[in-house]
Order: sequence, then structure tokens, then C-alpha cells
Amino acid sequence: MTDVIASDPLRKADISAKRLKRRYAAEARFRAYGLLAILAAIAVLGLLLSSVVMQGYSAFTQTEIALEIHFDPEVIDPEGSRDPDTLAQADYRLLVKRALYELFPGVTKRRDKRRLTGLVSSGAGFTLQNMVMDEPELIGRTQEVWVKSSDDVDSFVKGFIDRDLPPEDRRIKDDEIAWIDALAARGDVATRFNGSFFTTGDSREPEQAGILGAVVGSVLTLVITLLLSFPLGVLAAVYLEEFAPKNRWTDLIEVNINNLAAVPSIIFGLLGLAVFLNFMGLPRSAPLVGGMVLALMTLPTVIIAARAAFASVPPSIREAALGIGASKLQTVTHHVLPLALPGVLTGTIIGMARALGETAPLLLIGMVAFVVDIPGSFSDPATVLPVQIYIWVDSPERAFVAKTGAAIMVLLAFLIAMNALAVVLRKRFERRW
Amino acid sequence: MIKKTLVAAVAAALTLSAAQAFAQNRSQIRIVGSSTVFPFSTAVAEQFGRATKFKTPVVESTGSGGGMKLFCAGVGVEHPDITNASRRIKASEFEKCTKGGITITEVKIGFDGIVLANSKSSPPLELTKKQIYQALAKEVPLGGKMVPNPYKKWSDIDPSLPNARIEVLGPPPTSGTRDAFVELAMEGGARTFDSLKALRKADKKAFKAAAHAIREDGAYVEAGENDNLIVQKLEANPNAIGIFGFSFLDQNADKIQGAAIGGVEPSFENIAAGDYGISRSMYFYVKKEHVGVIPGIAEFVAEFTSEKASGEEGYLTDKGLIPLPAAERKTVRSGATKLAPLTM
Repeated sequence: MTDVIASDPLRKADISAKRLKRRYAAEARFRAYGLLAILAAIAVLGLLLSSVVMQGYSAFTQTEIALEIHFDPEVIDPEGSRDPDTLAQADYRLLVKRALYELFPGVTKRRDKRRLTGLVSSGAGFTLQNMVMDEPELIGRTQEVWVKSSDDVDSFVKGFIDRDLPPEDRRIKDDEIAWIDALAARGDVATRFNGSFFTTGDSREPEQAGILGAVVGSVLTLVITLLLSFPLGVLAAVYLEEFAPKNRWTDLIEVNINNLAAVPSIIFGLLGLAVFLNFMGLPRSAPLVGGMVLALMTLPTVIIAARAAFASVPPSIREAALGIGASKLQTVTHHVLPLALPGVLTGTIIGMARALGETAPLLLIGMVAFVVDIPGSFSDPATVLPVQIYIWVDSPERAFVAKTGAAIMVLLAFLIAMNALAVVLRKRFERRW
Repeated sequence: MIKKTLVAAVAAALTLSAAQAFAQNRSQIRIVGSSTVFPFSTAVAEQFGRATKFKTPVVESTGSGGGMKLFCAGVGVEHPDITNASRRIKASEFEKCTKGGITITEVKIGFDGIVLANSKSSPPLELTKKQIYQALAKEVPLGGKMVPNPYKKWSDIDPSLPNARIEVLGPPPTSGTRDAFVELAMEGGARTFDSLKALRKADKKAFKAAAHAIREDGAYVEAGENDNLIVQKLEANPNAIGIFGFSFLDQNADKIQGAAIGGVEPSFENIAAGDYGISRSMYFYVKKEHVGVIPGIAEFVAEFTSEKASGEEGYLTDKGLIPLPAAERKTVRSGATKLAPLTM
């Protein structure tokens, strides 16, 4: 052996250098693959986010039209009683129509008049109604009021409808363009921040549709989910990890929990329909039931995360506590639980984030519904953010495409906030050894 | 210790009973049913909620069949008051409803056309029901017997059609639009063949099986229930043809064009007049037992059938509803306000 090395030292060195080079090259290649994978992921994410933002940013603004409204006492309150019921019943839409007819006295045909009033959102009457209800002194006065335009006018002003297209291909016709141009020339058309998107519930008119109903529904649902899944999940995990004997039964339970975490979410919806609605007789479409179903869905995730967190607490801590005479319960509540809390919270929040994005189980318990009123309690009919997105994306009106993008942004903001909370909590409570 | 356990037990019992107390009452109307009627039903619900002192009805889109199932389950606050349908109630469903002690009032709302449309960047199409059947059926009669659909290009069917691959995006079998399309277009096309006509007389079931089967070799793509998605795909692929409701054509007239069926364009006027071949009626059904128990049902029905909603210039026509002829509207309205029970 030694002879061979001695007789041919050069060759050996040559081989090892070559091999070394190959190994470095392999490592460089491997790194490059990893980097490429990350770049690809970032590119896809960027594409996704930018397409959502491009689609949705325009929903945060809304075109408004200024009208000289005469709050005619003859129309609103002919008897002068100022009775809230009378004020609520009045035909406020007529005030809007009159203001428009006054601006364009040349429009006389019934069909044209109808199209002229179509420039303004059908909700404009309700804007005036709210103004008068808040401030009855307005009656009899004439005031400039900014009202929302209809969704087609809004799209046109924002430039989504090309005025060079042949008229039969446009939803805005030539005379309507002339009216808008005339209004714009007077400075009576403006695109402003659409605050009502954040303060109203759903609507079939894109310009009036808001996200608040779905946000409130999501919050109510998640409160129930958290209240149920966090204590139940933590208790189950504490028992399984700290107290339960290791035998065939606990093994069976463990396997089942792991399997439940992988069960498709719609199955939990079926369970909710059968147990909560049909057997217990709870109301349909209620956040209470939605929260219960989602709690069932997130429970296995919470248990698994909590168990992992308990298992990662070093056994020396438990032994030390037991060694100085603490009971098993004291060991758990005084030492193990606080140390495991960051992991438990992270697992819970990730489970909640998943619950926030679910629609499938809610379909079966009736939360995929058109709900206008903002839910005020856990038993009111409600819908949630992802369902709102689903309903809007399915609506024929073109302006709902932008609303969909905006709703996705709101949902993403919620998810980022929840994940940020998880990071903060972990940083705050984390302890290292 | 025992005390603490007791407290926990009492708390649990309280939660349960509180949960049950939620179920006792309901002050708003609940509507379920067809996704085709959903846009119209919701528009009326919103208008109703704003203009009256009643709460806004809650509308769920469950599909016509799913809605009927919920609707016919029984009488009581936990069951819906109204169901929408893009087809008439079936005899079996009617029977189930009657058995559940339910008296139904049927209200016809209007029509919906099903259109075949392609991108504006390609030439407009003109099809017949026969050609639609030949393009999409799983098996077609050829040389006296049924053979697996051999047509790959439109021009294989008829030289006057474009020389392009058959590529149709349409709804999945769970959709009511698909049901109506199969019944009106495919069956209509199948009847133009003598052999299938004879089969229809001899064995109705076998005829239906032959006429309703859509090919599965990739020429027909199930594009999901989302019609907006189909419109986007048509824009991207000028050779593809999409199948969806008229309101989507109406909203996207700058991007897509509807194919004329048997020489008739899918326009508002043609569908309203009944000239366009693939159109269906839409209905909703009211549970008479709930009128007076759940507040506002009679008023809601009145709003839906009013001239300002489903008339020729009503707000529902802005949403794409094709209204009934004036005379029929009148009879429907009087039947609806009287809540005349449906008999079958």
C-alpha cells in the first residue's frame, strides 16, 4: 500500500482535488436550486398579490355626484308633523330625480328620464333619508349634497369603460356620457375615498356594498371558535401529555386526533348540520353555530400544537418541581403550562387563521347567504369574509370584480394581523435554555 | 372539589339551554333555493328591507333541488319560508311538501335565457340545436347507429361552421343551468334525428340517457359554477365557447357576443317574446303556513310581483331579469296576493 502511494503521489493529490471541486460544485448547485425555489415562490406570491391589488384598489374609491337638493316639505312631511315614521316613509328618490331634471331640462321622454336618474345610485334616496332623520331642520332648505353614482358611471369615470367603443358594446351610452361630461364640466363629479365600504353590510348594488357585515360575522364566529377550541384543546393536550397513562387506549386516541386534523373541512359542516341544527335545533346561518363547527375543525390542530409545546418543555423542569415537593397539578400549572404557552398560542392562532379562511363547512349550516343587516349578536344571521368574497365573485355586475379584490385585501390584512400577533406573543413569552 | 365540579356542570347546562333559547324566535324571512334566481331574490330582499319596517330577508343560494329539500322539510321557524327555483316544482317534491303539511303558493317571476357566447375577437356564431347536440353529445347517430362522438372540429359537423376545435366551457352537472341547457338545447337537438325520435316514442328513459349525456373527451370543459370565470376564459381563448345565463352576456357585452340559435339572437326582446330557443322560467314558492307567523311574507311577495320590481321597467330588469308578458304578470300578481294554493 505504502509503496503505491509513494510511487505515485501526484495522482492521488490530483484525484482528491478534483473530487473536492466536484463536491464544491454540487454544493453550489444545491444552493442555487434552493435560491431558485425561493425566488419562484416570491415571484408567484408577488404575482398573486399584485393581481389582487390591481383588481381591487379601485373599490376603495367611489365616484360621487353633487346635486342641488331641495328638501321639499310637500314631499317629505306635507302635514308638518315631523313624525319619524312619516319622515322614514317619504319618497326621497323623488327629490333626487327633481334635482337631476332641473339640471337637464332638455330631457323629457320617459325612457330618457329613467336613464338620467339611473346615473345616480338607487341608494341616493336613503342617503337623503338618513340626513333628514338626523337633522329634521333640513326640511324646506336647499343644499348641495354629494350622492354616489351608479356602478356603471363609476366604472366609466374611473376609465374602465372605453368611450371609443361602439355604443352597443358599452353599458354607458352616448347621451349618458354627454350628461356625465356636462356634470364634470361644472365640477360636480368627483372620485373620493369610499368610506361606506367599511361601514355598511352587503348590497346587490356594487356601489353600496360594504364589508362590515362580513367582518363582524367573522369576528363573532372566531370568538366562539376561540372560546371553545382553546380551553378544550389545552385541557385535552395537558391530560394526554402530562397525566394520561401510556397504553393502547391513549395511543388510539392520539392516532384519531392526528387523523381528525387531516379530515376535509366540509365533513365538519355535515356534522354541524346533523348535530347542531337538526338535533339541537340551533338557528341556521348563526355565528354561534359557525363558531361551533369551526371549533370542531380547529380542535385537533390546537391539541397537536399544544402537545408538541408541552413535550418540548425539558423534563428536568418537571423533575425539579416534583423534587422540591410540588404536586403534579402544581408542576403543570406553575411551570409546564407557562413555559409551553408561546407554542400553544402560536398553534391556536394558526388554527384560528385557518378557520378565518373557511367556507366549505359554513355552506351546509347556511352561512353562505345574502345578509344585509350587520349581525348584532351570536344568533343573528351572518356571513363571514371568505363567503362574502365568494358571493361577490359570483355576481354578474362587473363592478363587483373590484369589490372582490378589495375584500380579499381586507381578509389578507386580517390574516397578517393574526400572524403578527402570534409572532409577538411568541417573542414575548419565549424562554430559551 | 365537589362544589367546583358542580359549578362547571351547571355552567355547561346553562350554555346548552341558552343555545336552545336562541332557536325559539325568528323575525326575518328566510329564503333558500336556486343560484340563478339568487341575484333577483336578493335585490328584492334588499329593497324590501330598506323600504319597509321589516328586517331584510336572508337569502341562501342552495340550488333549486337543495332549496326544495329544505323547504319541504316541514312547518316551523327552523324551516325556510320561501324557496327559489329555476325550474318548476317536481311532482315528487310537491308530494313531499304536502305530506309535511305544507300549502304552497307558486309565483312565476320571469324568464332567463341560456346563451352560448364567444369572444368578440372572433366572428359571431350561428348555431342550430342540432349542431349543438352533435358537438356536445357523448354518442351521436351516424350511419344508422349510435357511435362515440367523432366530431373534433366545428367544420366536421357543418362546413359552414368555423374550422376550429370544439371547445365549450359550461356548467357542471350540479347546476340548474346545466339541467336546463341539457333539456332545452340537447334534447331539442336530439329530436331532430329520426332514429332518436323513434327511440323517444319507444323508450323515454333510453332517449333521455342518449340526449342528456354530454361528451367527456375534453371538448366540453366543466368550468364550475362561476360564470365570471367563464367570461374571462373566453376573452383569453377566442376559439372557446361558453354556456351561461343571459345576465352575464348583458353585463359583458363589450367582451363577448352571444351565438344566434336557429337564427334568433339572444337579445332581451327575443327572450321576452319567447322566440329564443333556450330559455326557461323562474319561480319562487311560498309556504302559506308561515304567512302571518313570520312577519312580512305577504308584503315581500307583493314587492316581488310589483310592477316596480318585475315589470318591464322594474329594477329587476336592470339585473337581467326578462319579465313575463303583461297579461301573465297580472294573473301571477293576483294569484300571489291571494296566496292561491298550488295543486298538481
